[in-house]
Amino acid sequence: MIFRIVKRAELSKKKAIAIRAAAIVLALVAAAVFIFALGRNPVDVYLSMLKGAFGSSYRFREIIIKAIPLTITSLGIAIAFKMKFWNIGAEGQIFMGAFAASLFALHFRDMQKPLMLLIMAAAGIIAGGLWALIPAFFKAQFGTNETLFTLMMNYIALKWVTYLQYGPWKDPASFGFPKVANFSDNAILPKVFGIHIGWIITLILIAAVYVFINRTKKGYEISVIGESENTARYAGMNVRKIILTAIFISGGICGLTGMIQASAVNNTLAVEVTGGVGFTAIITAWLGQLSAPIIFIVSFLFAALLQGGAYIQSAFQIPQAAAQIIQGTILFFVLGSEFFIQYRLVFKNEHPLKTKKEGA
Amino acid sequence: MNRRAFIQIRGITKTFGAVTANNNISLNICKGEIHALLGENGSGKSTLMNVLSGIYSPDSGSIFIDGKEVHFNSPKDSIKAGIGMIHQHFKLVEVLTAKENIIAGQKGSFFIGSKDLSRKIKDISEKFGLEIDPDKKVYNMSVGEKQTVEIIKVLYRGADILILDEPTAVLTPQETKRLFDILRKMKDAGCAVIIITHKLNEVMEISDRITVLRRGETVGTVNKNETNIRELTEMMVGRPIDLSIKRIEKNPRSPALQVKNLTVLNEDKRHALDNISFELSAGEILGVAGVAGSGQRELCEAIAGLYPVAGGEILFEGENIVGKNPREIIKMGISMSFIPEDRLGMGLVASMDMVDNFILKEYQNQKGFLIDRRPARKKAEQLVKKLDIKTPGVHYPVKLLSGGNIQKVLLGREIESNPHLLITAYPVRGLDIGSSYTIYDLLNEQKLKNVAILYIGEDLDVLLELCDRIMVLCEGRITGIVDARDTTKEQLGLMMAGEAISDGIGGGL
Amino acid sequence: MLVSFLTAAIQAGTPLLFATLGETITEKSGNLNLGVEGMMLMGAVFGFQIGLSTSNPVLALVGAVVAASLGALIFAFLTVTLRANQTVTGLVLSIFGSGVAGFIGQKLAGKVLPNVVKNFFKPVKVPLLADVPYVGQILFNQDLLVYLGYIVIILSGIYLYHTRKGLNLRVTGENPAAADAAGINVSLYKYLHILIGGALCGLGGAYLSLVYVPAWQENITAGRGWIAVALVIFATWNPYKVLLGSYFFGGLDIIGFRLQKFNIRLSQYILDMLPYVVTILVLIAISLRRSKDNAPPKGLGEPYFREER
Repeated sequence: MIFRIVKRAELSKKKAIAIRAAAIVLALVAAAVFIFALGRNPVDVYLSMLKGAFGSSYRFREIIIKAIPLTITSLGIAIAFKMKFWNIGAEGQIFMGAFAASLFALHFRDMQKPLMLLIMAAAGIIAGGLWALIPAFFKAQFGTNETLFTLMMNYIALKWVTYLQYGPWKDPASFGFPKVANFSDNAILPKVFGIHIGWIITLILIAAVYVFINRTKKGYEISVIGESENTARYAGMNVRKIILTAIFISGGICGLTGMIQASAVNNTLAVEVTGGVGFTAIITAWLGQLSAPIIFIVSFLFAALLQGGAYIQSAFQIPQAAAQIIQGTILFFVLGSEFFIQYRLVFKNEHPLKTKKEGA
Repeated sequence: MNRRAFIQIRGITKTFGAVTANNNISLNICKGEIHALLGENGSGKSTLMNVLSGIYSPDSGSIFIDGKEVHFNSPKDSIKAGIGMIHQHFKLVEVLTAKENIIAGQKGSFFIGSKDLSRKIKDISEKFGLEIDPDKKVYNMSVGEKQTVEIIKVLYRGADILILDEPTAVLTPQETKRLFDILRKMKDAGCAVIIITHKLNEVMEISDRITVLRRGETVGTVNKNETNIRELTEMMVGRPIDLSIKRIEKNPRSPALQVKNLTVLNEDKRHALDNISFELSAGEILGVAGVAGSGQRELCEAIAGLYPVAGGEILFEGENIVGKNPREIIKMGISMSFIPEDRLGMGLVASMDMVDNFILKEYQNQKGFLIDRRPARKKAEQLVKKLDIKTPGVHYPVKLLSGGNIQKVLLGREIESNPHLLITAYPVRGLDIGSSYTIYDLLNEQKLKNVAILYIGEDLDVLLELCDRIMVLCEGRITGIVDARDTTKEQLGLMMAGEAISDGIGGGL
Repeated sequence: MLVSFLTAAIQAGTPLLFATLGETITEKSGNLNLGVEGMMLMGAVFGFQIGLSTSNPVLALVGAVVAASLGALIFAFLTVTLRANQTVTGLVLSIFGSGVAGFIGQKLAGKVLPNVVKNFFKPVKVPLLADVPYVGQILFNQDLLVYLGYIVIILSGIYLYHTRKGLNLRVTGENPAAADAAGINVSLYKYLHILIGGALCGLGGAYLSLVYVPAWQENITAGRGWIAVALVIFATWNPYKVLLGSYFFGGLDIIGFRLQKFNIRLSQYILDMLPYVVTILVLIAISLRRSKDNAPPKGLGEPYFREER
């Protein structure tokens, strides 16, 4: 080996950002090779991705619409992750939130709009929270592994919604097509500036989660438990109760995503309601370092990437799957770059102190 | 000793981030000698030996074995060179048997045949007087047994250079004796044995030569026969030091803590504490001695409300606190402080700064949902000045501070709450001698303020000098409560091994 | 009736068997790779594409194995060498794999495999054994990959529990620091077994596109990769139990369809939940028993850095 790996003492923010930016550039270069292999000009493709994402107010609105569920779900996940509770069950929590909201939307078609929406939101939050509470209870009580538990809960929720859509909730008026009946108008979120009101909810939630984590007692308790359960018990915290509360909030926020998507985007309950956001949000929450404002930035960029990807599909006849490959590539590079933020490579015969100029 | 050096370590330097753990260290070790590596905590002993066993790669410097320069890229290379290290924290796999742990990583037939291996393990055990059941799983073993597995592991590899990192820390005096017998046998068999320790008595008992390290540098190598404890201390600390600890004589007042027939079961439903009773008075320091794992941790945590109690009473100023959690104990207006042995894993939040660590105990007293960090910030700043805590600032993560400063933060926070009872578990573990004495002074200061102090210790000399009375635990039972003024170390040792002193002097019973 | 059901259950369980065994071996090295679904998809699409264009069934399998292993290699490089978070990296691998499969597969829908390939994967009777009543029909009148499944299970069992390399692997997954101190090359073991795990996932995917379906359809794995992750727990990291678990879950997969014949109306979607529910129950049971021997490898999910202090 020519190199040795040395842990960094400390790294300035500027340098950390520079490393991440370099990773994205490298990823774009790698993806460019792939695009070139498809017989397209990478520069053209990238430019049109940019154009596709930001080129018109319509496209920009599309980004926002994609960023809304991603941001909200990431925020929910971040609360659990902060506690080192690896909730990868957001997908299921979104489904159950959407399911509970739909339950009311479909059965009380004539309720007043504001009341209807409030009830739907409450139902979505409670359902998502309760769905998350099941693994949390077993984790708090018996130490059951929550990563795998929450993962399994996703599929149960998916199968449940599939069952409803293809079975008892199938719209008789849809001529045998497996589809749940559309919500009536009073169950659909209103628009502000041409985008459904979810964007306002998102902004409020970003601020709320930021304050919650950094300024409230509960948030402080969550951070302490994430660091060490022993310390939490030592300080007299009721660890079990805090775990359950935090995970209920985490799942509840994800459940709210389900309500928003069902109401504003799908206008009904459908297996497509999550759009895989539950999994993508894990990535954005992680890359956003579990911090609400950074999560927002990452989610926005990610949504722009999705929107740009969708645009080049039609502009260049590049299949959607190719956009997925480009996405994966960029994420791989960003994940790999974290290593260079924590460690340095040093030549075998070099003294690490002599080369060390950054940091403290 | 004018034998040719078998291992030569020349100019080793090793840094971690901004910390230089080893600075240009040189050392020679011969075959057939037991070489003690002596130094305070943080002097770089373990780092140096981890370099020799291939775990750390040095920034610069070279190692020669039998005259040939060697380069270790991994422990594998060092094993090949005949080096075997027994780490302070055992490197064993709990769910595997002794035998599986021993042969892991070893070359040999593709399949694991069991008869041959068992015989070979038996041969080695008999040769050195070790006892082990090859098919016992490690999770069923005592600490002593685990160490035996580690030793056989090294011998099985045919190592002729043996490194032991603080091997006696977890052993009873008897087990220590047995270990030393084994080490002597190895020495007679021509092995080079390196033992890392900071216990001066052991150094004088077992070693032939002694190398002293201080702050990552070599101070010097001396022959055991030509030195004494005082000289070694001076080499370790860098200045002549008065090792005596002053005991403040004071008439203890009313009992602050009464423990009656306390029984505690551990996770495996075995008795961690078996029907123990004692009293602790205000203005008294009661020491607790015992081999590691004799029930000390359970005792502290049971009193602090962190460990379930199976039976008995814990009376704090007359009130029974059994079954209460720490929150409820605080709410009852009981002011008790607990300095746990796991400072960064229990007492403090490692990645948080001083301010957030100060909030830990008091945020629950604040009103409303939000946290006000200003009072804690003020307190932290005062404490930094008062205890001379070396930190870049109160917003610096505590885990990046040195061991002594971390302990000052923890102890400082706890003392700040004006407790009536102070429980301290191994408060000077990992601290250098200077910091240790600061801690002793702080404890004495509290004693003067009439605080009742329970002091869990491991260094018998310190216990005898600092405490008023000493309670000895062995396998969860009290084998004696004695007056520290008229007790010897030997007597304590016997009680630690389980010999009950029936007519305990000044006992709480 | 029962015989035909069990025969079919084994076939339905075989893709699970390969993938679960692969993930078990990966996890034994201390790495949790949630990219199973992605690797299966890569195996499935490359297997089918190569089978189609070369008409060589063996090459098709090799292609599937290589493709999925390359996916695993990305995971290994990121998590072992660069110490990236395993959960997140695995999820990204799943996105990436389904992207690759979707991209290559868009031209494969509706294509039919050459007869050479189809015939190669027809059931073959094992002489003598196939004549044992019932059992022979169920176990020994199957296609070659089912037999390969039996073989890899037995080989893995022997490897893990009776060889030195297998012991070293278990030590690596349980306690990488101990493995390192014992002279075991931790990174090498992790890389190797992540790759073997990927290769087996590739086989599982190829079984779907070449034998079980056999055709290309979008998202051909339909969540089987996630079931495999669940099955690893169900089987408590033991290859022999992987075999039983896979066939059991294979049975669950097809039982709804079979029950319809008896006029038992139970929605397939509800039945589809069963594997996950069962897995959760196993997960809870493990945590209740606190058995030290059936627990996940201690080092699972943690990156290893020798010079960590």
